[in-house]
Amino acid sequence: MGEVIVITSGKGGVGKTTTTANLGVGLALHNKKVVLIDADIGLRNLDVVMGLENRIVYDLVAVVEGHCRTKQALIRDKRYENLYLLPAAQTRDKNAVSPEQMRKLCAELKEDYDYILVDCPAGIEQGFRNAIAGADQAIIVTTPEVSAVRDADRIIGLLEAEELKARLLINRLRPDMVKRGDMMDIDDIVEILAIELIGVIPDDEKIIVSTNRGEPVAANANNSLSGQAYINVAKRILGESVAFLDLYQNQSFFSRLKKLIGFGS
Amino acid sequence: MNLRALLKALTGKQDSKEVAKERLRLVLVHDRASVAPEFLDKIKEEIVCVISKYMEIDEAQTVINMHHAEGTAILEANLAIKNIRRNLR
Repeated sequence: MGEVIVITSGKGGVGKTTTTANLGVGLALHNKKVVLIDADIGLRNLDVVMGLENRIVYDLVAVVEGHCRTKQALIRDKRYENLYLLPAAQTRDKNAVSPEQMRKLCAELKEDYDYILVDCPAGIEQGFRNAIAGADQAIIVTTPEVSAVRDADRIIGLLEAEELKARLLINRLRPDMVKRGDMMDIDDIVEILAIELIGVIPDDEKIIVSTNRGEPVAANANNSLSGQAYINVAKRILGESVAFLDLYQNQSFFSRLKKLIGFGS
Repeated sequence: MNLRALLKALTGKQDSKEVAKERLRLVLVHDRASVAPEFLDKIKEEIVCVISKYMEIDEAQTVINMHHAEGTAILEANLAIKNIRRNLR
């Protein structure tokens, strides 16, 4: 019996889709059967982040409306053993699917797959309601910014009301900015939100490069700190206890120089 | 004290991360209270209950709300007293 995890945030643009793609790859690399569902109907994105946009035939709405069988709509990612994508419909709106239909779909997929990751749309309306409907637990993505943390707090409240277990993923942390006192640190955010932390992903140019190519960074985790961090989150989902990466170790020459002349902390 | 800390001390400027934390704390107090409308009602009910042991309160004229002032969140309760009980001591 599989587990459904919704990736949500409230605020848009904090990295839900990138996170969904990378955790999917990370779990598939650990020999789990994984389905990624793009629940952002009308604003399909997970397909391009995964590099699977040219292979779409059916979509989520076609499945719930019964135009095809679920298996027909799943796109297998040939680069990994057991990774599938169920894309969102591009031409419909969020009301094309109901929470009841999502619950049913998730229950069906749980029979055959180990993990079903649902990429939730931004906001707290119908699309959010649909995305969390079939979920067993949630990962809340935030960035170290006032607006993103505020929205995460709101989402935590809504998930608590649904009695969904939620863990926090802090994305785009910039250790250099934290050090000079211009960015909230991990502890600050965890203290304010009072929620369990599942991972911290450093801000990394390689994320943009990998999205350009449609190859999630977790696929070549040795090449990037962000890829490693995502693999660690995947391991924590699997129940392993993995130490958090020391994001402050890789100091640039410039920051060492600044420290030397007494201008760094 | 390094140069950065010294500069900050001299200019009296706070780290922007501290400003962010303070602003967040305040805004979340407000958000959490206003998201659950029954929250303030419940507080009102219980305050009236406690005060009623000593005074007769006009519940219809009792108002409770939350607002910000000078960097803190303030819970304001205005209770209209109808009568104070005589047999208090």
